[in-house]
Amino acid sequence: MRSRLLANAPLRLWLGLGLLVLIVAVGMLLPWLAPGDPLHWYGVPRNLPASPAHLLGTTNLGQDIFWLLTWALQNSLMLGVVTGFFSTLIGVFAGLSAGYLGGAIDRVLSFFMDAFVCVPSLPVLILLAALFGGQLSLPVIGATLIVFNWPYPARQVRAVALSMRERQFVAVAWFSGESRVRILVRHIFPYIAGWSMANFINTVLVAIAAETSLAVIGLSSAQRATLGTMIYWALKYQALLAKRYLWVGAPVTAVVVLFVGLFLLSSGIAMRSAARRSGA
Amino acid sequence: MKLVGTIASRLLVWILVIVFGLTTIFFVPRFAPNDPVEAMLAKVASGGSYMTPSEVDALRASLTDAFGLHGSLLSQYWRFIRRVALTGDFGPSLAMYPTPVSSLISHALPWTFGLLMTSTLLAWLLGNLVGMLAGWRPDRTLSRVLEGVAIVIYPIPYYILALVLSILFSYVWHIFPLTTSVQGTPWTWAFVESVVWNSTLPAASIVVVVFGWWVISSKAQTTVLAEEEFVRYARLKGLSDSRILWRYILPNALLPQITFLALQIGLMFNGAIIMEILFGYPGLGQLIYTAILQGDYNLLMGTISLSVIAVATATLIVDLLYPLFDPRIRHG
Amino acid sequence: MIALKGVRAGYGPDERFVAAVDNVDLTVGDNEILGIAGESGCGKSTLLRTLYGDFSGGLRLQSGAVSARFTDPATGAAVEREAQHFRDLWWNMISYVPQGSMSVLNPVMRVGKQIVDALPRRMRDGSRRQIRQRLEEFLAGLGLPGSVLDAYPHQLSGGMRQRVLVALAVFPNPRLILADEPTTALDVVVQKRILIMLVEIQRRLRNALVLVSHDLGVHFQITDRIAIAYAGALMEVGRTSEVFAAPQHPYTQALIGAMPRVGQRSQRTGLEGRPPSLTALPRGCRFADRCPAAQAICQQTEPALAPRGRGWPVACHFS
Repeated sequence: MRSRLLANAPLRLWLGLGLLVLIVAVGMLLPWLAPGDPLHWYGVPRNLPASPAHLLGTTNLGQDIFWLLTWALQNSLMLGVVTGFFSTLIGVFAGLSAGYLGGAIDRVLSFFMDAFVCVPSLPVLILLAALFGGQLSLPVIGATLIVFNWPYPARQVRAVALSMRERQFVAVAWFSGESRVRILVRHIFPYIAGWSMANFINTVLVAIAAETSLAVIGLSSAQRATLGTMIYWALKYQALLAKRYLWVGAPVTAVVVLFVGLFLLSSGIAMRSAARRSGA
Repeated sequence: MKLVGTIASRLLVWILVIVFGLTTIFFVPRFAPNDPVEAMLAKVASGGSYMTPSEVDALRASLTDAFGLHGSLLSQYWRFIRRVALTGDFGPSLAMYPTPVSSLISHALPWTFGLLMTSTLLAWLLGNLVGMLAGWRPDRTLSRVLEGVAIVIYPIPYYILALVLSILFSYVWHIFPLTTSVQGTPWTWAFVESVVWNSTLPAASIVVVVFGWWVISSKAQTTVLAEEEFVRYARLKGLSDSRILWRYILPNALLPQITFLALQIGLMFNGAIIMEILFGYPGLGQLIYTAILQGDYNLLMGTISLSVIAVATATLIVDLLYPLFDPRIRHG
Repeated sequence: MIALKGVRAGYGPDERFVAAVDNVDLTVGDNEILGIAGESGCGKSTLLRTLYGDFSGGLRLQSGAVSARFTDPATGAAVEREAQHFRDLWWNMISYVPQGSMSVLNPVMRVGKQIVDALPRRMRDGSRRQIRQRLEEFLAGLGLPGSVLDAYPHQLSGGMRQRVLVALAVFPNPRLILADEPTTALDVVVQKRILIMLVEIQRRLRNALVLVSHDLGVHFQITDRIAIAYAGALMEVGRTSEVFAAPQHPYTQALIGAMPRVGQRSQRTGLEGRPPSLTALPRGCRFADRCPAAQAICQQTEPALAPRGRGWPVACHFS
């Protein structure tokens, strides 16, 4: 049983990693090669089918789908990574403090963790969008997502920290005079490192998903292309009715590949670190 | 006694969460760069009608009053909380004056509930069952395939799957309608049939994705449980495999799944909103969207507040259900 | 009656086989209490599993024969089975009292149900109420209140749970009961109660009880015969009273010498070192490293378990 688990983890891990490397390559490297600004309307002839000159054809608004995709991917990725990074950072810090230090700090932080879980982020984002004149810029979306997403890694880390507190080696360290901070860093953190990685990647997924949700209903930035806004524009310009499936299909496929890759990677890391913790 | 204490503290958290949510909703617009009153005025002006300065002032005053924006911040807040908590009154809808917001919401809410609840419960039940069977016999090809499929489906956001489904079943093959258009008056057979037909694609998208979710987690749960000592002991007692599966593994596997359900409610609500907007489904999500398009501030505040209350309450209900299933909490 | 002949059982593929039970000959009679004693890791739990026929979780029988022969008390017919086919004997002719009482019971099922769950067909006739009645009478005989049946495992104390586990194993009136460290992690008072309970049951049912424990005091109190296990093999097997009075194997002597006795004033001697790892067994006698009486031959040839000296089987060149 154990060996099967271990065998699975690498498969997921490598598969996810592979998919992500592909995505990141397309999203981070290729945009530099794009001729001009793909978002620019009527930069190229409209409604061309796929060809060597335009790998995925062009849109109704005269944009090259392929280059647009790479830019959209880049923006989505950056939003996800930045949001994920800060969310996880705050979350781990809060979770560690709550779990390890306990007492009033724990109660206050736990309340906020529970509270944010119960408040659905999308309606609030929609509200914000409405107030900002119908469009939210990516930084604002990112900031709001950070505020709503830190509780998820925080809860997990808190649970781990709580159980760590009771473990013997921590007690031994405490009794031999190590300061609480040192204990946190040297003994507890290595356990959380694996989970934090998995959480980070998961948050990236959630963040990109949230922004894409907003974008699909037209509330995201009109200035920058993201995967979601691409879908939105395609739907708005009746790509479905006109059977221009590439325009809609390209970002949809990219989203699916991206999310599956992110999930496989985060799940693989989680499985690996769980196996390692149980001493496998 | 301990149980009563747990319930009481959970109720307290519920109230606090709602207050917290409402407070957030109250203050968020205060940070917006646009003054909603001025925004409304601008909209009215851009609509082409001309008003004298005194008419504009009068309108401004009445809007400020309608928005509850007069007085100090604290008094506004107090008035808002009191109004919402005690009377559930969000004022009249601005775009569909004078229909009260609460009546609009009460018409939309059953739709959202119906869609969300049935698809969630269905997916949860099916997903857990299938996942458990897959976890019990993890080496069978079917189990591996199921897990593989679930892994690919789970990360896909509902609306993406919904788009794919609607491309296939509405555009390419004209089976299902493109947008919701319900026929018939409430509760006739034609009405019910039309509701079900229109809800199929949105519900199917939610069910399929959420199903994948639960299959993965319950399979993992079951594989861990199968190694537990009490399962081994049950086997040594000579109990049949099916008995062990249904009486020993399933009840224990479901417990953490109930807890997870509570955590997912907020996320699933988000998904449902998007679905409604995309499919034109006449639920809460659609109402929110209309509110934005028409700049209907009261409706917006009302629907969003209700979303918070609904999610917090649903989470509370699921949390309270847990002791029902776990005797360790029921009898301390 | 269960007989082990030349049994080698353990884990892993043939090339890297770890034998937790190494070439063991042992017979359990029909009406006796047999104790298996030894340090942790000596393979006694695995030996118990082999006796039970539980070859799951990677454990396999590499060589040797395990055979069971019982007389069905209901029909009087003889029942015989070989190693891998013990399953229908479970909780019918043989039962098992496991170690570690909390995690062994299903936490969300009432105790009564868990007892009834395992009943063999011959005990299922009668209405629910009748079965419950019989259970309650049975539990009363063991000093357990009927309310235990409606309780959930977490509501019972550790001692009560262990007694419930014993009750679970005894209720079907099996011909053989295997108990794996039934008194470990219990306080002394409860230990005594359980031991008394086990002995009374055995005397009453006139079946066989195999008790595994690292606590020699337990063996001394209740077992008829005792088998001393060390690093996967048996060192000495004999009548308890005789073995304790005059232990033959140096290991047994050390174990008994380390036991505290009332009135004893001299220093107790312990044993240096630790048992060899099962993955790296020495060539000769596995106890040679720690044996105060070891000679050259001990490092070269493993002594067979055969009757020596005072008449009972000992695995030593010099007894």
